[in-house]
Amino acid sequence: MIELIGLTKKFDDFTAVDGMTLSVAPGEILALLGPNGAGKTTTVRMLAAILRPTAGQAFVAGYSVTKRPQEVRRRIGLLTEHPGLYLRMRGGKYLDFFGRLMGMSADERTRRAEDLLARFGMSQAAGQRMGTYSKGMRQKMALVRAMLHDPAVLLLDEPTSAMDPHSAKMVRDAVLGLRHHQRAIVICTHNLAEAEALADRIAIIRRGRIIASGTSAELKMRLLGPPLMELRLAQPTDGIVKLVSDLVTVEEQGQDWLRYSTSDPHETNPLLLQKLASHRLRVVTLSEMPRSLEDVYLQVVEEEEDDSRD
Amino acid sequence: MTVVTERGATAESLRMMFTVVKREIRDTLRDWRIVVPIVILTLFFPALMSFVADMALNWVAKYGEPIIGERLLPFLLMVVGFFPISFSLVIALETFVGEKERRSLEPLLATPLTDAQLYLGKMLGAMIPPILAAYLGIIIYLIGLYFFKEWMPPLVLLILVILLTTAEALVMVSGAVVVSSQTTSVRAANLLASFIIIPMALLLQGEVIIMFWANYGVLWWVVLFLIVVDVVLVRMGIHTFSREELLGREIDELNLASLWRIFRERMHWEPWFFGRDLEKMPPGLRWLGTLGGLYGREIPAILRRSWLSLVVVLVGLLCSIYVGYAFANRYQLPPSVLALEDISAETFAELPSVDWLPAFTVWGVLCNNVRALLLAGLLAVFSFGTLAVALLMAPLAIVFFFAAQAAFLGYSPMLFLAAFVLPHGVLELPAAGIATALAVRLGATFMSPKQGMTVGEGWLWALADLVKTFIALVLPLLALAALVEVYVTPAVVVWVFGG
Repeated sequence: MIELIGLTKKFDDFTAVDGMTLSVAPGEILALLGPNGAGKTTTVRMLAAILRPTAGQAFVAGYSVTKRPQEVRRRIGLLTEHPGLYLRMRGGKYLDFFGRLMGMSADERTRRAEDLLARFGMSQAAGQRMGTYSKGMRQKMALVRAMLHDPAVLLLDEPTSAMDPHSAKMVRDAVLGLRHHQRAIVICTHNLAEAEALADRIAIIRRGRIIASGTSAELKMRLLGPPLMELRLAQPTDGIVKLVSDLVTVEEQGQDWLRYSTSDPHETNPLLLQKLASHRLRVVTLSEMPRSLEDVYLQVVEEEEDDSRD
Repeated sequence: MTVVTERGATAESLRMMFTVVKREIRDTLRDWRIVVPIVILTLFFPALMSFVADMALNWVAKYGEPIIGERLLPFLLMVVGFFPISFSLVIALETFVGEKERRSLEPLLATPLTDAQLYLGKMLGAMIPPILAAYLGIIIYLIGLYFFKEWMPPLVLLILVILLTTAEALVMVSGAVVVSSQTTSVRAANLLASFIIIPMALLLQGEVIIMFWANYGVLWWVVLFLIVVDVVLVRMGIHTFSREELLGREIDELNLASLWRIFRERMHWEPWFFGRDLEKMPPGLRWLGTLGGLYGREIPAILRRSWLSLVVVLVGLLCSIYVGYAFANRYQLPPSVLALEDISAETFAELPSVDWLPAFTVWGVLCNNVRALLLAGLLAVFSFGTLAVALLMAPLAIVFFFAAQAAFLGYSPMLFLAAFVLPHGVLELPAAGIATALAVRLGATFMSPKQGMTVGEGWLWALADLVKTFIALVLPLLALAALVEVYVTPAVVVWVFGG
């Protein structure tokens, strides 16, 4: 659905996007994760055929962004970082305006606008001037605008930036509601929790380059190593390390607990529990230690810093 | 079938454009800060003008000067039309940069609108409300005058004022939209608006003089001139409009180092010497590669990419022949003024005593020609290249004027041209023509920058081409021409015509 091949964008001497290669399949949500100025917005603007790549290619819904920009723009929905509404207009009229520009018929415009406004709990707001909307409502209206023509590709640039937690949650829920088996969604964010909550796949960008990509679990596995399990017992752990050493590698140990890493918990954990039971050792809990995407992100960024210093 | 499809595409294109127009107009009409002054200028001001005109007519009639009143009425007709359209400037300056500041531009740029649809939609949207207000103002003024004085302007004058008002509005709007699409803030756009306000103020003063002079025919030429400017500005606006520039540019920074780097890159050319490997040439002869590259490759390439400007200059040359002939036909000189038999070597020796002519020395002639061509380059920048052509046409028209006069007096015009112009003209004319063509290209770059380049990059490229060609080709040709003009041409003239 989306394909980037060595996509590059330079502004004079500054390289904003540097040879980016990735693809997003239909039904997939990809998060472009990176700090401010990493090149996320520039990438989205190239995918929306607003900016022209300096080098490389990008195809959106089968069309080249350089050769068929209008066809690309017909098939994308763009949620910009700022909602960018015409504040003197009423919500309904605003959607009608964009629907016309997208080439929708009058019936289609009305039907889609009503459906989407209802879905986002905005039906009452359609008749109000958008200048009276709250921040969350404005963002949701912008999302409705982006979705109005039922685009095959949805590009969301910082959808919850500068929003209060409640509004941000509303928008996140709304985005999850837009998941569709034939729609590819790209979300630009520097919010790690948001990327983890919404995306199937995450590409971490820094200085215009993808420095790591994969699912959240893959990234954690690759960058933080195998998952860490915590075992709590009803008695002291003396002698247990030796007992389980053929199954797992114990990393830390306490009075009645131990932590071990395993590359295949599905295989190892049942065997471990079986062994402990056979030795009449009572297990209180066995759980995976939570590891945040933040750890992954910091690790990647630090490695990148070290590389660039070398 | 194709026709239907094309028609459908055009209708769709217009529909998209008018969707933008409609929204822009609605947005304007929702802003009370724009609507209130327009309403005042549309309804109150014309009515006041009718009243003032009536008072003024009565007052001047007391002193037996009815002509002042007669001239005042058409003048005020123009004024009531102009005042509301002055608002089009304010609206148009906001079009792109205002939306950019309000962050509402990006969603619009992400729609399937083409650049032309968006640009023209915004432009018409900015122009229509003030221009309708201007028409309404004119109607109110005329109704008032009809009731006060039973005066109605001649239909032709009314049409002229309406056309003038429309063309002025279009000039202001198209200029302001260009400014709006090329700046990064409304503040910068307002500052740059002086480049529209000042020429328009001067034009208006000229129109006032013409109105009181009552030579309305001249105003048709003003309308024609404004229409040409409109076409140039709209074309320039569409060509220079770039979504990327509009969105990508955050600050207007004058980066002299970057400009200098681009200019230097464009001044570079590849060495070449008849296909020989320059590395194998003796170091002392490698400069031949530099010269070979410049004259064998670079200059011909410059001339090839300036072909359209060269055609424009050629057309200008043909026009100057016609202008020279037409004036000679209209203002024939008495035979005593052009007594070619009286020309002698002393005639040329006495030329330095004529104040307005440059010194008739090689240096004097060369300096004069260089000065004229540099001025052409400078004027070209401010006039999209047109004044450069005009500057070349003027002396040529004078030459052809005298050639035609010679013909009327029984001399052979070809012999006249062959004696007076050909010896140095064979060098000077191509030099002047090429320099003018490159100056035209320099000015025209603003109107249609090269694909894939910003206006600045295109302009620096054209400037580098002009500088290279001027130094390498034009200047040597002019120097040779000056030498011939001072030492050979007089001898030829005396030999052909002299007594």
